[in-house]
Amino acid sequence: MMTTPDWQPSADMPLLRARAQLYAQLRTFFAERRVLEVEVPLLARAAATDPHIDSISASVCGELLYLQSSPEFFLKRLLAAGSGDIYSLGKAFRNGEAGRRHNPEFTMLEWYRLGWDDQQLMDEVEALIVRFCAPSGISRCSYRDLFERHLGIDPHKADAEQLSMLARQHIDADWQDNDRDVWLDLLMTHVIEPAMGEGLVFVYDFPETQAALARVQPDEQGQSVAKRFEAYVRGVELANGYFELTDAEEQASRFCRDIEQRKRLGLPLYRSDEKLVQALNSGLPDCAGVALGVDRLLMLSSDCDDIRRSLAFAFERI
Amino acid sequence: MGSYSTNEFRSGMKVMLDGEPCAILDNEFVKPGKGQAFNRVKLRNLTTGRVWERTFKSGESLEAADVMDHDMEYLYTDGEFWHFMEPNTFEQHQADAKAVGDSAKWLKEQDTVVVTLYNGSPLAVTPPNHVELEIVQTDPGLKGDTAQGGTKPATLSTGAVVKVPLFLSEGEVVRVDTRTGEYLGRAKD
Repeated sequence: MMTTPDWQPSADMPLLRARAQLYAQLRTFFAERRVLEVEVPLLARAAATDPHIDSISASVCGELLYLQSSPEFFLKRLLAAGSGDIYSLGKAFRNGEAGRRHNPEFTMLEWYRLGWDDQQLMDEVEALIVRFCAPSGISRCSYRDLFERHLGIDPHKADAEQLSMLARQHIDADWQDNDRDVWLDLLMTHVIEPAMGEGLVFVYDFPETQAALARVQPDEQGQSVAKRFEAYVRGVELANGYFELTDAEEQASRFCRDIEQRKRLGLPLYRSDEKLVQALNSGLPDCAGVALGVDRLLMLSSDCDDIRRSLAFAFERI
Repeated sequence: MGSYSTNEFRSGMKVMLDGEPCAILDNEFVKPGKGQAFNRVKLRNLTTGRVWERTFKSGESLEAADVMDHDMEYLYTDGEFWHFMEPNTFEQHQADAKAVGDSAKWLKEQDTVVVTLYNGSPLAVTPPNHVELEIVQTDPGLKGDTAQGGTKPATLSTGAVVKVPLFLSEGEVVRVDTRTGEYLGRAKD
């Protein structure tokens, strides 16, 4: 892809200027809305337990620490301490993620709104995205409706066998898996995302098993769903938001479940964040939060189809 | 041979898939923020030439294929096999029609070609991008007709038929692009 010598930047000057301008405009967006910018550490003693997120470890002052895969835990501790609405614009790190849309070190915008739910936060995410890239259309669709429309299947009811058979009609994939979520992820990334079209699409009410840190509630059909949403522009996943889980006990048990799954999959085990559980115990206000990939926003707003060209120095050139 | 994990896959790498040697053409990392990571890999089956896409869960691995490209001199064909020689070791290899395929019509004795060996046997033969071959049969040349853009078929010494300008005649040597079969010009002596 890159033909210039290795010491040269990956991004050209217009993109570096566009990035600087984007940061200034993002800060204006939140200043107008009286959301406070906060800066939180990139290093922490705990790491995300999510089995699909691999943290990068660092040896610091004789201790094993982790570069944060998102600022979420620190931000929630600030919220529990009474910060009010806050946002963070900074780096996040994920091991093993490199490609056309991924860099192991990337820029994440994450913000929280007190007293809001996921639908209200979607309105604000929409306002932000529309300001930077003009999507050809805007739509909202539940995870169930999306799968029914594109694949004619109910993603909450179908079993692993049905999902794997459906996936194999579209994709050459020959492994065996009893994990429904693997097949749902495969269908989402390989079949649905490429067919989403040019517009901004919000997908909400995710399967309960993909709740991550969102609260779980019954939907209008009585199905337990995660109050979680994703925003896609031109089929590119741009933001992931939650009506946040505030129940400390439920949070602690989700950490345990993640750790059990990590053991089953033979993945590295990290200390879960006890300070987050303590913060939730002391009282996290009801809120909705979202994390948005800023490099991808820059790509979408400047017609760049490779994340490496949006970075001063991509992973290959550091 | 060792094996490669999906995150090591690079274009040009040779791997075994479903018992067949394949070359990786492209490897795309695909992952939902909160979900399973995949690698969508484009491969060419080196035996059949077929190109297709296979998706792996990230972290899976494939066995490396014992496939190597070697520069060799083309010696001759006995009708059934084509014979090649390693210039340094003088070791000879014979390739069958399946391995030589369409390349047969560009093979001129003493030319250097790329022979792809799989487990030590020829799997494919790739001629140089440009070859110089003699016209053995074509309609008589039209003297002085160099300006007009017309072409005519000409059979070359290896059996290949290419379109050449009308002014060329039998016995002349032409330069041809083997990838497209296009006439490039008269060979310079």
